[in-house]
Amino acid sequence: MDKLNLTKHISSQFNEEIELVRNHIMAMGGLIEQQLSDALNAAATSNAELAQQVIANDLVVNEWEIRIDAECTRIIAKRQPAASDLRLIMAIIKAISDLERIGDEAERIAKVALESFSSAQQDLLVNLDNMGRHVAQMLHEVLDAFARMDMEAALAVYKEDKKVDREYEAITRQLMTYMMEDPRSIPKIMNVLWSARALERIGDRCKNIAEYVISFVKGRDVRHTDEDTLEQRARE
Amino acid sequence: MNPTQVPNSFTELNLADEKIKIEVNDLKLYYGESQALKTVNMHIPEKRVTAFIGPSGCGKSTLLRCFNRMNDLVDSCRIEGQIIMDGQNIYDRSVDVAELRRQVGMVFQKPNPFPKTIYENVAYGLRLQGVKDRRILDEVVETSLKGAALWNEVKDRLHDNAFGLSGGQQQRLVIARAIAIEPDVLLLDEPASALDPISTLKIEELICELKDRYTIVIVTHNMQQAARVSDYTAFMYMGNLVEFDATNKMFTNPSQQQTEDYITGRFG
Repeated sequence: MDKLNLTKHISSQFNEEIELVRNHIMAMGGLIEQQLSDALNAAATSNAELAQQVIANDLVVNEWEIRIDAECTRIIAKRQPAASDLRLIMAIIKAISDLERIGDEAERIAKVALESFSSAQQDLLVNLDNMGRHVAQMLHEVLDAFARMDMEAALAVYKEDKKVDREYEAITRQLMTYMMEDPRSIPKIMNVLWSARALERIGDRCKNIAEYVISFVKGRDVRHTDEDTLEQRARE
Repeated sequence: MNPTQVPNSFTELNLADEKIKIEVNDLKLYYGESQALKTVNMHIPEKRVTAFIGPSGCGKSTLLRCFNRMNDLVDSCRIEGQIIMDGQNIYDRSVDVAELRRQVGMVFQKPNPFPKTIYENVAYGLRLQGVKDRRILDEVVETSLKGAALWNEVKDRLHDNAFGLSGGQQQRLVIARAIAIEPDVLLLDEPASALDPISTLKIEELICELKDRYTIVIVTHNMQQAARVSDYTAFMYMGNLVEFDATNKMFTNPSQQQTEDYITGRFG
């Protein structure tokens, strides 16, 4: 936080504006974490009420996105931020659109909870839940890295995404086996598959946010490169 | 435009690729006992706009004035080091200062037209050089005023007194006067700080048009102005050149913490 020197502007109003927008993105991030965790719980326990709550809360997530976007636009218009201030604002603008999409994915997962599963099918949900915990942890860590603009933490999240991709592949294979064994369950299993897909997408979006952190710290764009190149550029 | 190919919309400038117009080598400048410039080394590229930014008293105007030896007029001023322009050290004894100032024009913060007509203001330099031919004078006055984006506003009143012009127009008149004698280098010392925003934008637009023909060095307190008009930016602090790089780099990702603090308004 102090490393960012965010409160050191001559204009105290500018300090406050930047501080406000940072607090807001952290609040939005907190809400998204809650949404994901609620969605996973709702899916694991078939809690329809909790699922409905997640679905309703997604509207609040959307409002956050619009609010923070407007705040950033105003800062650009009024303060003409430069150098690290500019990079921070750009990183925030990009991160909120990823966060909003993570919110949408959480909503998708919550909808699985509205389906009823037989006890045999409950097994399917266990693996999904494990992958969910993993992704939720990743989200938590990337938000933490973003708050502190911690490049090492961001790099760790970036690398974690590969594991999530592998878990997704494993779940996909397993679900295909179930579908072959019992074709009548296909519609329900498809739902679980969509959820796994949603989690995999959340992992990708966490990876995007990790890239914004690295871009902010290094002052150069590191997107769309392979892992080795990215790490090399980050450490240059 | 071929949408399957992303165009390179940025031309990244690099000092190493530029033709150098002015070379400053180990320049030190003292006003009496106090040292205003501490060993400045820099290369000013030709036909580019170079901006000097920094807090008051950092030495940016002092450095600018070295380029046409305006500091010679200050009694207590002492200079060490070299400024090489087109292969010649301008502080060499053999240099004709009047000729140097013809090559290096200067425009100041407050417009300073002569108490003469618009026409005579622009023709002044040529008359001083002994040009009497009315046709040549007419032509130079017109092209200079056009060059300074003022022609359309004053063409019907060339023989009115220059003090009748607005501040912004006066400043463009002074620029027209400076370019009438065809200098190589144009030094602008806060050319827009006494002007309203619209006149400021006109001056900035003019700077962009002039850079095809002249090497321009501008001192400005307005950082966004430096960001808008310059190709290269030098940040000075307490007589030192802290950082000198392409403007795009300086304003998005400067290398020095001091530059970063100044540009983002965290100084002091």
